[in-house]
Amino acid sequence: MSRFAQLGIDMVKLWSLYGSSYLQGVWKTVSLAVICTAVGCVIGFICGILQTIPCTKKDNVFKRFIVALIKILVRIYVEVFRGTPMILQSIFIFYGLPYFTNNAVHFSSMWLAAFTVVSINTGAYMAESVRGGILSIDVGQNEGAKAIGMTHSQTMLNVILPQALRNIMPQIGNNLIINLKDTAVMFAIGYTELFAVHRQVAGATYLYFPSATIEMILYLTLTLISSFLLRWWENRMDGSDSYDLATKDTLAHTSGLVHFPGNKEKVSKTGNLNLDKNERGR
Amino acid sequence: MDDKILQINHLSKSFGNNEVLRDIDFSVSTGDVISIIGASGSGKSTLLRCINLLEDPTSGQIMYHGRDITERGFRIPAYRAKVGMVFQSFNLFANLTVLENCMVGQQKVLRRGKSSAEKTAKEFLEKVGMLPYVNAKPRQISGGQKQRVAIARALAMEPEVLLFDEPTSALDPQMVGEVLDVMHTLVQEGITMLVVTHEMAFARDVSSKTVFMKDGVICEMGPPEQIFGSPEKQETKDFLARFFNR
Repeated sequence: MSRFAQLGIDMVKLWSLYGSSYLQGVWKTVSLAVICTAVGCVIGFICGILQTIPCTKKDNVFKRFIVALIKILVRIYVEVFRGTPMILQSIFIFYGLPYFTNNAVHFSSMWLAAFTVVSINTGAYMAESVRGGILSIDVGQNEGAKAIGMTHSQTMLNVILPQALRNIMPQIGNNLIINLKDTAVMFAIGYTELFAVHRQVAGATYLYFPSATIEMILYLTLTLISSFLLRWWENRMDGSDSYDLATKDTLAHTSGLVHFPGNKEKVSKTGNLNLDKNERGR
Repeated sequence: MDDKILQINHLSKSFGNNEVLRDIDFSVSTGDVISIIGASGSGKSTLLRCINLLEDPTSGQIMYHGRDITERGFRIPAYRAKVGMVFQSFNLFANLTVLENCMVGQQKVLRRGKSSAEKTAKEFLEKVGMLPYVNAKPRQISGGQKQRVAIARALAMEPEVLLFDEPTSALDPQMVGEVLDVMHTLVQEGITMLVVTHEMAFARDVSSKTVFMKDGVICEMGPPEQIFGSPEKQETKDFLARFFNR
């Protein structure tokens, strides 16, 4: 029991000394994760849409070439950024740019570098999620839109993407939570988010375990809050389960009361096959 | 010649080595109500989908007011806006309300303003008896109601011809009635229709021409009195016998 008491004392001590540092770390982590997830979603949607451009043999050679090229480039982007560790990507980009341009081009702030890496990384994952979301929509939705004369982009914008977005909301939530935690690797390029604060505090006080406990609690709080908010948002997107009936209409229940009046003799002469069934149903 | 909306010449369609339509010839004129009957798998739906270019015909021509729609460079969306389609599975847009379903095509394709689109949509929703449900989402209404909304959605585009692809096949008998009633009202208003159906009573009593298809070809075609009263081909007799002398 005394160990727990000691832990409590140490945590209180750390918090009183470095509380504002921790909170600043929380703020930097949350802002980076939220902004990068949003930007990553935009990148993902663009890539997902590009990957589902329809292309048939009837289209001209130029269009087919461009579409094929775009699809290959998107594919390369997705495979490279999904297939390498983010910590390495951050080092690769952060040090790679000045290396090749002899310091002419470099990131002016850590934030910008971290933002770029996390966004691009999230975008690669989201590209596949969006593609999956688009594929998950019943082909009938697409045909229904085409049949009233919508073009591919109109169909996408008005019918497919809103539904795909709803379907991939859990995936977006996943990415936000992953980003909340995985932005920790940005310490590799010196971005001082929540985990970097732990390294500094522990380095100064040697209280590794109490600091780690504080961090565990903070991270878990962040992810739980975002889980909760995302669920709430999903429910809001689904809309209400009921709807207002505009009851002033009088034609509401007249269906079935109209009986082929124009062809009366014909009906009586030849009998009536399926409509008998309908009468029974009423 | 002028009142011919569609003229189909030697239309064929294959999926791989599987030839589902062979040498189809027929025409649709203004005011026609053509019912297409036949066993499942005889190519009825594929024919309709070819007319709307949801399937690319393998060979042959589909002339729309004298222009071949299968030609390269033909503006397909504008054509589809003129040729409405109602599906067996309704295909209402799940993310939009009943009213929005009937408005989105008018606004995006016909470039109508919001208020005029809403007015037209409500007009046609009233015609199909679905005006009370303007605020409902498709998942909240029954199958028959969905199909009536789908009909209103197609009508709101004010097409020259409406294609019905087995509009009642996914419905239970009670709902079949409400959809058929709506379709019958449309016939009386003189709307040109092409109806793939298993509702023989509808085909017999309402259509002006009946097409019987078997194995991807038009087996027999003529006024319903002929097809249902005195069919010439043995295949037609056999098919109808299964429906009427159960």
